[in-house]
Amino acid sequence: MERRIGMEASIAMAEAVGLCDADVVSAYPITPQTHIVEHLSELVANGELDANFVPVESEHSAMSVCCGSSAAGARTYTATSSQGLALMHEILFIAPALRLPIVMAVANRSLSGPISIWNDHSDIMAERDIGWIQVFVENAQEAIDLTIWSFRIAEDKRVSLPTIVNFDGFILSHMIEPVLMPDREQVQDFLPPFEPLQRLDIDNPVSMGPVGIPDVYTEAKYVQHKLLTDAYGPIVETFGELEKHFGRKYRPVETYRADDADVLLLTMGALGETAMTAVDERRKRGQKVGLIKLRLFRPFPYKDLLNAIGDKPVLGVMDRAVSFGGPVGPVASEVKAALFSARKHPLVPEFIVGLGGRDTSIADFHSIFDDLFEAAERDTTPDPRFVGLRE
Amino acid sequence: MHEVRFHGRGGQGAVTSAELLAQAAIADGKSAQAFPSFGPERRGAPVIAFARVADAIIRNRTAISEPNIVIVLDPSLLRLVKVNQGLKEGGLIVVNSSKSLEKVREEFGFKARLVVVDANHIAREEIGRVITNTTMLGAMLAAEPMVEQKTLEAALEKRFGRLAPKNISAFRRAQREAVISDAV
Repeated sequence: MERRIGMEASIAMAEAVGLCDADVVSAYPITPQTHIVEHLSELVANGELDANFVPVESEHSAMSVCCGSSAAGARTYTATSSQGLALMHEILFIAPALRLPIVMAVANRSLSGPISIWNDHSDIMAERDIGWIQVFVENAQEAIDLTIWSFRIAEDKRVSLPTIVNFDGFILSHMIEPVLMPDREQVQDFLPPFEPLQRLDIDNPVSMGPVGIPDVYTEAKYVQHKLLTDAYGPIVETFGELEKHFGRKYRPVETYRADDADVLLLTMGALGETAMTAVDERRKRGQKVGLIKLRLFRPFPYKDLLNAIGDKPVLGVMDRAVSFGGPVGPVASEVKAALFSARKHPLVPEFIVGLGGRDTSIADFHSIFDDLFEAAERDTTPDPRFVGLRE
Repeated sequence: MHEVRFHGRGGQGAVTSAELLAQAAIADGKSAQAFPSFGPERRGAPVIAFARVADAIIRNRTAISEPNIVIVLDPSLLRLVKVNQGLKEGGLIVVNSSKSLEKVREEFGFKARLVVVDANHIAREEIGRVITNTTMLGAMLAAEPMVEQKTLEAALEKRFGRLAPKNISAFRRAQREAVISDAV
């Protein structure tokens, strides 16, 4: 039975990991991920979670421990943020190449410099191509549900790939809000025990991660790409299973009041909620705006995105990171790439929003909608805009 | 929707106040959020915390810049911080002060609806320490009963364990002793 309680999103996420009976948790504390790891270490210390908690001296080591424990057949979890994720960088590529279904939370935060502990998506956008499944959540409930789901999809034998749950630092991680917390029985009905494809076992020795000579490297990378792309099917299927067990519906691309909208805005992560409130206000004024919310970032859901956009004339894209000297908005760049193959495509105005913890208000979203209507009227794409920029 | 901003000093329990209010509202079946100001905090330094309480689902990840209720846990902050910054029209200020309501109004020029309670005195007598967060929640509830008495007391019990009875006494006494006046 689910319990409706008030809980901080980070604690809720840690509780979800506990309900999933993780075997190994290895992490290094970093703001704003800290509460997840603190709570998990408490659960282990109190005997509420029968897991090995492996404290380490850096995130590089944390991810190395995770690779080792997952290879040994342990259900493995970690969490990080910002510089910590950056420090994991070289090991992040190893996990999917070895088909290790590690689950990781990233409390999304800006990167230095200047030094900033606050929220944006700079950390994860720099890790776009690591080969992990990646989802984004908007609230604490989604953080619980998709943490539980992540173990299921990661460990699905057709997939066997590591999975990241992205959740916005502070504006979500430090928020106490109501959640429906499932019980252990519900979670165990949904999540079968972990059976690895193969495991490190001294009685049946295998070799993992040998040298990929030029004769095999291309094939190895092709297989990896195909596996992640083909994970789309099992992802949709397990979203369906999640709905059957918990009653909440998730899709790779979700929409809000988009069907009859004149202009659309694409969001990713917790600011999608503020955007929904702005959409509601706009609709009351009789202006038809709608949202597209990118739930699944990897594998990128091309077809679902094109279906959601339909024949709308304008699709604004919100980015929470900067691709310097390049396409400006990393998500907008991906969306444009997806649209290139479409016969007809909308104008795609780009908005850089909420960098380094800059508060993004409902009024900011209204200013974005103003730009979208103006673009539609003029039939011209404006230059990318840094929302709230002081001149 | 109620948007509440708590002003305190690091260690006085402003963040806990916001959490207790949100927990009570959630137990009442409402929607609520509680969150600290995001960033480094130091014991003794001025801090703020926030809560939202609403009947409908809250979809908002912005800071609270225009609260309709401001609660000041520490009398010394009134001279340091413009606590009524951004206060909405028709809003409420709840102040911990040993001074009379008229004197507080005059000294700080507050025009809004005002509640004054000597929370330091009450907390010292009832709890034995000048930690005013639960006392100030009582003063707020006297003027703005946005959550049920019993659910807030249940939240206090859950949070404070064996110290709960003392906190509940302070909370109830502040409800009785709070001086409330309309906007001028």
